[in-house]
Amino acid sequence: MIWNSWSEFFAMGGYGLYVWGSTVVVVICMFGEMAGVRMRRNAAIEQLRMAQRVAKKEGK
Amino acid sequence: MVPVFGLLAFLLTAAGIYIGFFRAPTDFQQHDAYRIIFLHVPAAWMSMVIYVAMAFWAGLGLVLNTRLSSMMATALAPTGAMFTFLALWTGSLWGKPTWGTWWVWDARLTSELILLFLYIGFIALQASIDEPRRADKAGAVLALVGVVNIPIIYFSVQWWNTLHQGSSINFRSSPSMAAIMLVAMLLVALGFWAYTFAVVLARLRCIILERERHTEWVRETLQKHLEKSA
Repeated sequence: MIWNSWSEFFAMGGYGLYVWGSTVVVVICMFGEMAGVRMRRNAAIEQLRMAQRVAKKEGK
Repeated sequence: MVPVFGLLAFLLTAAGIYIGFFRAPTDFQQHDAYRIIFLHVPAAWMSMVIYVAMAFWAGLGLVLNTRLSSMMATALAPTGAMFTFLALWTGSLWGKPTWGTWWVWDARLTSELILLFLYIGFIALQASIDEPRRADKAGAVLALVGVVNIPIIYFSVQWWNTLHQGSSINFRSSPSMAAIMLVAMLLVALGFWAYTFAVVLARLRCIILERERHTEWVRETLQKHLEKSA
């Protein structure tokens, strides 16, 4: 640990805005992408399930 | 495969960020603003690596007419675009305190911006064509033509007199940065690799499910999945 306190860590020697502005956007983008893929997956499975139900009804 | 790479991505990135943000000393020239490079350089590497991979799979799909290779290319594009955006974003936030400007039209920055447009163009072109195989082929041509931009980005700092500095790490000489900073950067880079594997494979699955939904095996797999979750 090179920092004396947490506030010093968050200040980043006066460059906090730039360092945290980068970090936060990276985190948002990566987690956002993961959430997006998850939603896409659920939507794809849901669509398949519906198609299957329709096919079953028509079969009977 | 997806959870394994996901876990690896988290551990490696967290370790890299920990070393980079808590252990690495303050740079005597750039002070603490330099810590942005722990995110910037790995993101910029991934933006180029993913493009080459995307062009490779798209080209393979075009030549061998294999559907899965083309789907792989489609799955890679959004993640590549994201890393390109992040490379530009973090670079901009690093440039303001270090160079005194958010943006300059220098060769490195401009060619990286063109890379972002190539990704967006690829995604938009494929989205605009309804027939998947035609979309694959059109996208492949775009991806293959655009691959010429990759060596331009990589060598831009040598070919032109750019504001962007030369690389600290290359294949010809030992790196010109402190070992602890290098370790942090490489860990984050490996974490981003693992992240890319995880998220691209997960997206590939979605694309397969969407496109092959009329085939027998997708129906069978879904049936098993439903039985398991029921």
